[in-house]
Amino acid sequence: MNWRRFFRRKRADAELMQEIESYMAEEIVERVARGVPAQEARRQAHIKFGNSSAVRDTLWQQNTISVLDKTGRDLRYSVRTLLRTPGFSLMAIGVMALCIGASTSLFTIVQSALLKPLPFRDPANLVMVYERYRLNEFPIWYAVVAPGDYLDWRAETHGFADMAAWTPWNFNLSGEHAELPEAVRAGGSTWNFFSLLGVRPTLGRTFSEAEDHWGADTVVLTWDLFERRFGGNPAILGKQIHLSSKPYTVIGVLPRSFRYPNAKVQLWVPYQSVTPPEYLHSYAYHTSHVVARQRPDVSLANAIAQVSNVQARLHAGYPNQAVSEAAIPRTLNDDLGSDVKKPLLLLVCAVACMLLIGCLNLANLLVARGAARQKEVAIRGALGAQRWTLIREQLMESGLICLAGGVLGVALSIAATRWMIGTWKDLPSASSIHVDGAILAFASGLVFLTALSAGFLPAVSSTGKPVLAGLQASVRTVGGSLSRTALRKGLLTVEIAATVVLLVASGLLLKNFLELRATDLRCATDNVLTMSYSLPKQKYDTSDKVTAFHESLLDRIALLPGVQAVGLGETVPGTGEVEGDVFSIPEHPRSSGEDLSIALVRRADPGYFRALQIPLLSGRFFTRQDPDVEHRGNKVIINDAFAQKWFPGENPMGKHLKVPLWGDGEYEIVGVVADTLHQVNAPPSPTIYLQQLEGSVLHGTLVVRTAGDPLLFSLPIQKQIAALDSELPVSSVLTMRQIVGESLGDLRLMTSLVLAFAVLSLVLASVGLYGVLSYLMTQRTTELGIRIALGAQRGQVLWLILLDGLRPALFGLGFGLILSMAVTRVIRSFLYGVKPLDPSVFCIVTLTLLAVATLACIAPAWRASRLDPMKALRTE
Amino acid sequence: MAKKNQPDSEMLKGTLDMMILRTLVGGDAHGHTIAKIIERTSEDVLEVEQGSLYPALHRLEDRRWVSSYWGASENNRKAKFYRLTAEGRKQLVRETSRWQQMTRAIGLVMGEELAGSGGE
Repeated sequence: MNWRRFFRRKRADAELMQEIESYMAEEIVERVARGVPAQEARRQAHIKFGNSSAVRDTLWQQNTISVLDKTGRDLRYSVRTLLRTPGFSLMAIGVMALCIGASTSLFTIVQSALLKPLPFRDPANLVMVYERYRLNEFPIWYAVVAPGDYLDWRAETHGFADMAAWTPWNFNLSGEHAELPEAVRAGGSTWNFFSLLGVRPTLGRTFSEAEDHWGADTVVLTWDLFERRFGGNPAILGKQIHLSSKPYTVIGVLPRSFRYPNAKVQLWVPYQSVTPPEYLHSYAYHTSHVVARQRPDVSLANAIAQVSNVQARLHAGYPNQAVSEAAIPRTLNDDLGSDVKKPLLLLVCAVACMLLIGCLNLANLLVARGAARQKEVAIRGALGAQRWTLIREQLMESGLICLAGGVLGVALSIAATRWMIGTWKDLPSASSIHVDGAILAFASGLVFLTALSAGFLPAVSSTGKPVLAGLQASVRTVGGSLSRTALRKGLLTVEIAATVVLLVASGLLLKNFLELRATDLRCATDNVLTMSYSLPKQKYDTSDKVTAFHESLLDRIALLPGVQAVGLGETVPGTGEVEGDVFSIPEHPRSSGEDLSIALVRRADPGYFRALQIPLLSGRFFTRQDPDVEHRGNKVIINDAFAQKWFPGENPMGKHLKVPLWGDGEYEIVGVVADTLHQVNAPPSPTIYLQQLEGSVLHGTLVVRTAGDPLLFSLPIQKQIAALDSELPVSSVLTMRQIVGESLGDLRLMTSLVLAFAVLSLVLASVGLYGVLSYLMTQRTTELGIRIALGAQRGQVLWLILLDGLRPALFGLGFGLILSMAVTRVIRSFLYGVKPLDPSVFCIVTLTLLAVATLACIAPAWRASRLDPMKALRTE
Repeated sequence: MAKKNQPDSEMLKGTLDMMILRTLVGGDAHGHTIAKIIERTSEDVLEVEQGSLYPALHRLEDRRWVSSYWGASENNRKAKFYRLTAEGRKQLVRETSRWQQMTRAIGLVMGEELAGSGGE
């Protein structure tokens, strides 16, 4: 083998021809010299030389690298065959593009969200440490950590190399002269947080140990904020910015890659500057996320056991406070991706299913083509083509289809991924998702696998049968090739079964989504606008000022034309916010060893329940009547669930609650209101409502019920806020409907994606069904012609073909339904409003599939019944 | 799909290659001359098939045992001349000694057989 020669074969051939020519000339001259006449000399020379093309052939082959040559020929041949049937090729390429595109997109996201290491030093050794309660009634598994717990853990255990803490915070960011106010999310980090993660600031420095104290005024910016708000100008270092009206000095800028815990957190301040000193050593003030670096010589279990020991001791020491019993670790990736992992896995399964269906479909189409080319294959076999050559050629065809589909698919997936990042909000590190080498490798692998799996079966099945049988079969077929028909029907059955599984899953998710969207939060959701603000502590430093602001704002808004009711709280139903506290009831002394009682805590002003139309069951709402602001806070309202759980069969009115975290005072229950849902997919939880207007609550969410479109009121209301305080930014201007929608946003996306995959699969399956049946019909044309000629009724023929097509569909349906019952167990955790074996979904899926299958079968069956027997008998 | 229909072509090729190399010891020559020389020296016992001559020449060139150039033939026609390279000369020596061993061996076997049959 010689590469140089291989590529210069043409030239070698030309040279050879010249050589032969000169040989002939010499030979002729020699003979003429011997006295042979010219004509005769030429003839003799030719005879002597023999077949000159045979010589050329031999040399050509000698110079040829056979593998390369064969591949090239297969390639040319495949391209030609594919171009001859553009309809088939386009359809097949389209199918593959969709399948490969969808799977590549999802792989992109899975890779970035779940597989890619975080931009920290040695991220595998980092873990989050949470507190863990044994309480059953409260849905917290990984509880955030109290500052006192963290400090004790760090001081008293030595299982971790180091531990750091951060706590989420909100600021109103404005310029030095209060210009351009905006609400930003922030983090308060302990001084060792960045060094523990191994993150170095791009500019300046991070916090020093001495700076981590109450009243500290240094701030570190994220790169996004630095670029967006300060134009990327390093001169900002050492300058002051105002956070909630208090000046802070910028000491550093974090690297671009640092987007922890998500891109919404814009700046960092010292941990203790946002942890009031009175809570710094509290074991019940749960605010912080603790991240720890493992020591190489201590196992994680051992380190956690040490922390748990400390925690168990603390729990025993404070029996009346919300101090948990143990600690529990979680990897950083799980911590960040916990909300997307399950939906992503579900989507991956859906895509794998679709990929399978796509492959089966392609295989089916190829089998059909193989059947159509049966005679060609047989003749080539008869002429000496080896079986492997024929298989190779068909594999090349499916390979080309998959390659074209793959290229298109990757292009498609780049667009789709961009769209998904924009739409899916919970995705961590969304901006770091992009197509890279790993993804291209994945796509190529996928192309290779699909090509092989889709091409191999048809290739093997269409070749390798006895030549004579093939030739005979193509001349006069009456029964069709039974084995191949069985193969096609088998493929079809699997395809339909997979489709049914996808349809059932998507049907359940869709129904679930619709039910959730229609969930009655048990409060007013139509024409209700909500809007949040946070008063800066520096400016509103007395409870009188705070209350005066809230009250005058409420009064002003109530006077706006079109406003029916207005209320103020910290949050509204449906947001999914879970904030709870431990309490005790002095009237019900707790027996020792009993678990702590815990309930959700909400704030409400006197108008809150009326604005949200939450009915009062007994007692009264809060009032503003008590002019002594200090004592307003001593009254609480509970919801029905609370009353049912802790005051069964007795009147809760006038009873008291003690909440250790709020001090030693007792809180008198003055009213009971109806339950609302704090989250659309969770049952109502026992809830305590506290007075919002007691002077210390800086954060407020306005609830305004209006006469018309609530969004029209957002500007007038913001003007009222600006009239009271022009520096105060407003955030989260949302209607109640939007809040419900937002909380379902990802579910909606996931549902629509799975549904899209299911519909696509249904289309693929019906195309497959149609293709198979059309092919069967053409194969049986002669047979049908004979039947009709012998007097078969059109209707009988119609049924014959229809049933032939519906049989695999029915088998597939049966298998699919059985499989679905198993699969629904997997998606059970996503279903809230629907039972996994919801009969209506199963019925609708069955009917849809039957309808689509019948539709796909009816056209070929109809054509069969309209056959002209004379024409049918004459075909071939 | 080429089919090899000469089961003993390997051996023939080998001897043809050797003879071509031997011919070129006398000086550069083109295909026609090479064929003629082989035929004449073998007293017309061996007839060089053109079907194997040219592939053999190209093969030898491929292995760098001969080199080629275009020149004018005795009759002033353009012809491709082949020349023995140093590599080719070594190969010829190897081939020749192998050939001699082979003929001697075959001769020994055949000679004994003949002698035995003659004795009876």
